[in-house]
Amino acid sequence: MALTIHSREVDGVTVLDLSGRITLGEGSVQLREAVRDLISKGSKNILLNMGDVNYIDSSGLGELVSAFTTAKNQGAAVKLLSLTKKVKDVLQLTKLYTVFDIYDDEASAISSFK
Amino acid sequence: MDSVSEVESIVEKLALASGLDEDDTFRVTMATREAAVNAVLHGNEYDPAKHVTASFENNGQSLIITIADEGKGLDPSKLPDPREPENLLLGTGRGIFLIRSMMDEVNFRQLNPGTELTLVKHLAPSGEKDLASAGS
Repeated sequence: MALTIHSREVDGVTVLDLSGRITLGEGSVQLREAVRDLISKGSKNILLNMGDVNYIDSSGLGELVSAFTTAKNQGAAVKLLSLTKKVKDVLQLTKLYTVFDIYDDEASAISSFK
Repeated sequence: MDSVSEVESIVEKLALASGLDEDDTFRVTMATREAAVNAVLHGNEYDPAKHVTASFENNGQSLIITIADEGKGLDPSKLPDPREPENLLLGTGRGIFLIRSMMDEVNFRQLNPGTELTLVKHLAPSGEKDLASAGS
């Protein structure tokens, strides 16, 4: 299943609800384009809701890192919400869990941007 | 990339049929996908004239997956650890690390030309598995 992305605004934060797989050829490019599009339009607060992402590969991890660094370089922030067990395991294995701000509930994630 | 998805699908079915649980099936499937992507992308560099060969075996003790490309080859000892602070924010370089993390054994063999990766996941002896089931 490819990645689907829905965007919504909550208290000045752009939440991207992601669903599916973030892998080479199936979701990496969509994620990259969505985040770059938001940053180019001036979004400073971006929350990636990963609650329905059931699979991420090394390419997808690279895109998450790229989104994080691109945002940081532009004075924006990308944070993660609701990791599934499989995605969490892979982020822990690669130590990327220490790089991102990660939240389990949306309200806490939204207020963290203030 | 269709061939990568095909390899992934075959391995998932084989892993489940070999009695691996959901977590180990995920690990084997993910490692195989990473190996196949590496072969197409970094090994053969998307050259349609070059082939990727995949083979699968359950020898009763282990699940053995072999993926070979026809590329320039790679030296696994020279791959940096993606968990080191200076590598943590790099966009690439996690594939082989994930493969090694998710399999029991990973062997590299240089071909002429190309690289062959052999991924091994040990299967629990059937008696041990029965005891584990009985105890849960």
